[in-house]
Amino acid sequence: MSSGQIDVAYVAKLARLALSSDEVERFGAQLGALLEHVQTLQKLPTADVAATAQVIPSVNVMRDDVARPSLPRDVVLEAAPQRQGSYFRVPRILGEPG
Amino acid sequence: MSDILDLGAREIARAVVAKKTSALEIAEDALARAHARDGAVGAYLTIVDDVAREQARRVDAALAKGANLPLAGVPVAIKDNMCLSGTRTTAASKILGNWVASYTATAVQRLLDAGAIPVGKANLDEFAMGSSCENSALGVTRNPWDLSRVPGGSSGGSAAAVASGTAAFALGSDTGGSIREPAAFCGVVGFKPTYGRVSRYGLIAFASSLDQIGPIAKSVEDCALVYEIIAGADPADATTVERPVERTLDAMRDDLKGLRVGIVREFDLAKLEPEVRAVYEQAYRDLERLGAELVEVALPTADYGVATYYLIAPAECSSNLARFDGMRYGLRVEGVDVGATYEATRAAGFGDEVKRRILIGTYALSSGYYDAYYVRAQKARTLIAADFNTAFEWCDVIACPAASSPAFEFNAKSDPVSMYLMDYYTIPMSLAGLPSLSVPCGYVTPSGSAKPLPLGLELTTPLFAERALLGVAYAYERGTRHAEKHCPPALEAVR
Repeated sequence: MSSGQIDVAYVAKLARLALSSDEVERFGAQLGALLEHVQTLQKLPTADVAATAQVIPSVNVMRDDVARPSLPRDVVLEAAPQRQGSYFRVPRILGEPG
Repeated sequence: MSDILDLGAREIARAVVAKKTSALEIAEDALARAHARDGAVGAYLTIVDDVAREQARRVDAALAKGANLPLAGVPVAIKDNMCLSGTRTTAASKILGNWVASYTATAVQRLLDAGAIPVGKANLDEFAMGSSCENSALGVTRNPWDLSRVPGGSSGGSAAAVASGTAAFALGSDTGGSIREPAAFCGVVGFKPTYGRVSRYGLIAFASSLDQIGPIAKSVEDCALVYEIIAGADPADATTVERPVERTLDAMRDDLKGLRVGIVREFDLAKLEPEVRAVYEQAYRDLERLGAELVEVALPTADYGVATYYLIAPAECSSNLARFDGMRYGLRVEGVDVGATYEATRAAGFGDEVKRRILIGTYALSSGYYDAYYVRAQKARTLIAADFNTAFEWCDVIACPAASSPAFEFNAKSDPVSMYLMDYYTIPMSLAGLPSLSVPCGYVTPSGSAKPLPLGLELTTPLFAERALLGVAYAYERGTRHAEKHCPPALEAVR
């Protein structure tokens, strides 16, 4: 584990979050303090310990591959920020912007 | 004159089934009360008048045909991170803004099927991230015991709604203590069942390996009643467990004879303020007086709980909240291209605490840090769960404080880490997935105040031992009757 330093601007880019320079500074200090706190985990001997993702033993849960009714299309599209007919309208992701 | 709304959920349902009143009458009374009282407390983000009346009419019609409805006409507050079809559901975040749920959460649907009447959607810390409700982007909830103090969090609105008498019970969700801590702060009972016991379908996800829905109510019996209704496997949530749900209502005990109660060595009461410590010492003596044998148990990894949790929960949240990108629902802030739109939408839509957790989680999962932070925390989690297994070889139930203090004043914890440490007593149980609850155990009056503030005793049992847990909590509640000793001052004015 490294010391309590975090490149907030870089992590924000990974997280798709636009941050102001004030936020970069403030969150940097706060997250640094948290990272310092979690350094305490270095004291735990974990070399031979298995990781726990969740505590209830369960294997892959399957259901029959049968079509079932889904939510009504119009009700769901009602919540869209922008819609066009029966589609979500979203920004262009391919080609030239325009 | 005693008001039917001040009764417990069971008594209200009995009165409705016996036709002493109707579901619609209760719905009207509960709505009127919520509108009258909630200005001061702010438990609700939305009061759902039309939905309540419509459901009440349905319940009265079903009763007329002889339906058996264990929650007939019982007013309930629903934490606003659970979907109720046709109502605004916000997670107290600007990013969901005016989103109207297009479906109903399984736990909520089971309450409706049992005859409960939704009064409103209760405030919470944004996306359930917080311990005071101060992180709500949409409203302030005040503690009914002292309006200058927080109700706890994240299910602060749910606990405040029950404590202020506008709902007979509430649904909360608990990831690291979000049912138990607000229940303790508001002088009510809050119960987190075993992980996987209650369907999360329709619960807006925060940390999926930890999130669990549970009841907040005025009594242990009401928690048991609601638990029996909402628990059980759900095809819509693959993490629910296929194991039959034991009855709990018939497990209520008169005493604690033959019971071994574990007192955790690491949870040294000397760390607490003297008056808080005195309450917990008395609580342990009361357990003994009721027939329990107190045994010291060790949880050597308990002190690592907060550090472990604040890596695992943010990591999961950073993944879960990636879906809020402004494309299909909620807020969209247009940028020059799709990437800028994502970034601007999330910057405008999320509050500071959510951003902090997304950042720490993204960092803990990022290349080069994944093993050092996330995997190490998952290994610590294994050790914490193993400690509980060892402790339960020596005892049947573990008793400890639900929080280190009573409700604190607004803005008292401006530093995030000091807020995170509020979850010190509740996080280890969450990491181990254990059923755990908080039951009122006494009061302290802070210096310079005339207002008593409640404290909660946290009781915890092994996985799936809800029946034993609720039975023990009932015996303690009945043998101490703390909830009857004081009434929230916010209510005295309106009574």
